[in-house]
Amino acid sequence: MQKIMVCIKRVVDYNVRIRVKPDGSGVMLDGVKMSVNPFDEIALEEALRIKERGSNAEVLAVSIGVADTQQQLRTALAMGADRAILVQVDAAVEPLTAAQTFLALARKENPDLIFLGKQAIDDDANQTGQMLAALWDRPQATFASKIEIADGKAVVTREVDAGLETIEIDLPAVVTVDLRLNEPRYVKLPDIMKAKKKPLDVTTLEALGISRGQLLTTIKTEPPPQRQKGVMVKDVAELVAVLKKKGLI
Amino acid sequence: MSKILILGEHDGMTLNPATLKCVTCAKEIADSQITVALFGADTAAVAVQAAAVLGVNKVLRIDRPENAHPLAAVFAPQIVALAVDYTHVFGPSTSFGKDLTPRVAALLGVPQVSDLMAVEGAYRFRRPIYAGNALVTIEADPRRTLIATVRVASFEAAPPGGSATIELRTTGASLPTHTRYLGAKSGSTDRPDLQTAARVVSGGRALGSAENFKLLFSFADKIGAAVGASRAAVDAGYAPNEMQVGQTGKIISPEIYIAIGISGAIQHLTGIKDARTIVAINKDGEAPIFEVADVGLVGDLFQIVPELERLVG
Ligand SMILES: Cc1cc2nc3c(=O)[nH]c(=O)nc-3n(C[C@H](O)[C@H](O)[C@H](O)COP(=O)(O)OP(=O)(O)OC[C@H]3O[C@@H](n4cnc5c(N)ncnc54)[C@H](O)[C@@H]3O)c2cc1C
Repeated sequence: MQKIMVCIKRVVDYNVRIRVKPDGSGVMLDGVKMSVNPFDEIALEEALRIKERGSNAEVLAVSIGVADTQQQLRTALAMGADRAILVQVDAAVEPLTAAQTFLALARKENPDLIFLGKQAIDDDANQTGQMLAALWDRPQATFASKIEIADGKAVVTREVDAGLETIEIDLPAVVTVDLRLNEPRYVKLPDIMKAKKKPLDVTTLEALGISRGQLLTTIKTEPPPQRQKGVMVKDVAELVAVLKKKGLI
Repeated sequence: MSKILILGEHDGMTLNPATLKCVTCAKEIADSQITVALFGADTAAVAVQAAAVLGVNKVLRIDRPENAHPLAAVFAPQIVALAVDYTHVFGPSTSFGKDLTPRVAALLGVPQVSDLMAVEGAYRFRRPIYAGNALVTIEADPRRTLIATVRVASFEAAPPGGSATIELRTTGASLPTHTRYLGAKSGSTDRPDLQTAARVVSGGRALGSAENFKLLFSFADKIGAAVGASRAAVDAGYAPNEMQVGQTGKIISPEIYIAIGISGAIQHLTGIKDARTIVAINKDGEAPIFEVADVGLVGDLFQIVPELERLVG
């Protein structure tokens, strides 16, 4: 294992309750706290653990995002990534374009493994890893909750609807991670200082030869219908009575 | 006319109800012809079930030994070979569909729309973003094959009454051997399936142990309910991962959802917004779950649940 590439997305922090713009043109992002997509933090943590377990692989964090995405890549460097690349764009790209961009980076960097979060908590698309694996013509193991690497192969336990599924894939491969794979480390202050000296290169879609595809159009954004506030009951007997009256039990 | 290929989900014996929801979604597209594709080692029995779904015009059986387990890398090139005849390819928003459809889309060089929740036109759909805290209307280019996953909680299951033709199909696709299925583990139970159950009882971190979860199982069995769990309960090992409800677990739409000792984080609420009635039991009257609950009861679950089980009998 020589190199692991981890794809990171800058997203609205998961604690923020987002609001839709009144004109329906999107969600309000001004002044909102931005973070590393929680799934991507887990992806990075896994890469770091593989490195620390003795493979000593180089861990490369990459992102596609606006200029401020450097903050999230600095977080990744502070967590322990060795190097980072930002493909700077001025607006979000669709998953297919993201996959094409990561492919271009993979062709340059030749990683043995590419980790991504299984989904980003902004668009919840759950596509980029699978698309990247297809374009790279390599195996994919999605929704990973356990990864064992040996002899140029990975055995991956996946969280599927029926329970857990285990597959074996040849490396290089793409793995997208689920929440129970690990618990990401906290970044310590000295690590943040050290991260400032680590290399963070900035490039562009054009430099990578990617034309920005805009294949889907968002017509409007609206808030979801709100549920009516219900009734409070005082005890179990009243609860049972209400449910019986509704014909629910 | 829209020609829609639905990637049928099954376990070799039974068609997954998620496929029936995809059929309903596809039927909402005007003037649509619906084909269900079944990949497997032997899909004869499942094909009969798919052919009997009202609205399905054709069932394709793509039987070969390599298709015995649902590996996206193996299925995708075969789907690409079939896709030329279709305007749309739909899969369910289940772990099967989510794994598979983006691989197909990328091979075709087309985008995917995930989690269709409403059809506004053959190429115009609504879908949730930000864990369902916003809905977007998306329009795709009609000149390209549209790949999508269908948010199963948003559609009713298509009823029986169909009589589709069944066709055996081979594709010339060459299949990779770099991905191999090793096995699966599921805590199969006699309880109703969480994803399709009319009644769901769900427990959170407050249960405190796997042992205490038995309290919920016992109550659930009394009312014929499936059992779910919050992420905190699954992370703590009180319940297996397949029981998780929410943004990263299952999105469900039961008639009644009873949340017990669950605070109501947005990621959890995403999974239950389509429930007809939400009941919340929590000792903290300020818990956010009460903002969405139709019926709420403040109190200690360890007293309430046994009493509830007694009184519903
Ligand atoms: C990216 C991401 C994805 C996530 N996806 C999911 C998901 O899919 N599903 C999900 O559920 N969560 C998900 N979460 C986690 C979510 O944010 C919450 O942490 C989680 O839902 C909390 O679970 P809980 O309600 O069981 O625990 P807590 O928030 O700890 O709530 C426990 C509740 O129990 C009550 N309580 C305690 N003791 C008793 C008692 N004796 N009787 C009655 N009530 C009692 C408390 O008042 C409290 O309200 C996700 C988080 C992230 C960051």
